Amino acid sequence: MNPEQLVFYFFAALTLISALLVVSIRNLVRSIFLFFVTIFSLAAMFVFALADFIAVTQVVIYVGGVLVLMLFAFMLSNRELLNGLQSTNGGFKLNHFAGLMIALGFLFLIVTAIINIDIPEITWLKENNMIGQNDNTIHQIGINTMTRYILPFEMVSVFLMMALIGAAHLARKEKRS
Amino acid sequence: MIPLSHFMLISAGLFCIGLYAVLTKRNAIQILIGIEFMINAAILNFVAFGKFDKFQGGGQMFALFAIVLAAAGVAVALAIILNVYKHFKTIDPAKIDTLKD
Repeated sequence: MNPEQLVFYFFAALTLISALLVVSIRNLVRSIFLFFVTIFSLAAMFVFALADFIAVTQVVIYVGGVLVLMLFAFMLSNRELLNGLQSTNGGFKLNHFAGLMIALGFLFLIVTAIINIDIPEITWLKENNMIGQNDNTIHQIGINTMTRYILPFEMVSVFLMMALIGAAHLARKEKRS
Repeated sequence: MIPLSHFMLISAGLFCIGLYAVLTKRNAIQILIGIEFMINAAILNFVAFGKFDKFQGGGQMFALFAIVLAAAGVAVALAIILNVYKHFKTIDPAKIDTLKD
């Protein structure tokens, strides 16, 4: 096992274990900080898929934006919210059992599907235009954004505008009537 | 050189963890985290397949778009959660069962 694989499987294990801890831990603040660990190790795995720009974007947007936003929303809410959240440890409910069964069943389904795929036989993966380790992917991304994917790019910009207005509208103070 | 199927297996695991969180958590912020896990599993698949698409770069481009959409979704969802908390004094989705007025 060479160092590349060693580091990859280390980050893969870190992703899955921290994700499991996020959903199983009681304390909400701890689970949000563990979410941070999951997102960071996912960014490391994007580097292994030779998508370094996506990895940096992931770190900037998730760690810099989403996580801070979640912590803000959490800290801005009242103490009763915190107390109310942590008092719901009523043991292993039927609800949890059903959810666990559905998730495990779905996992089984996907894993069987993945095992049964004959990846070397997929034609478009064999066409030999794989990204090499010395390729400049950021260059390609820049060109593609402005040529082939200009329509999704503009749609995303309009959507961001809508989200901005919507979030500001929802979060404003109600007027006294 | 990591085989493609290992990326897919990890993303399947992450997706199912997110699904479990969405189905069982009694707290809107944790459900939001579960949705983020599912979106990130999809992004991991995009990126893993994008490795085989050097010139058009579909996987990486759409991974970028998906990250942006997820971030916008989180902003709106957190604004909604704060408003719901102001109105109902709880963010347990099971107890929020009426519309406005």
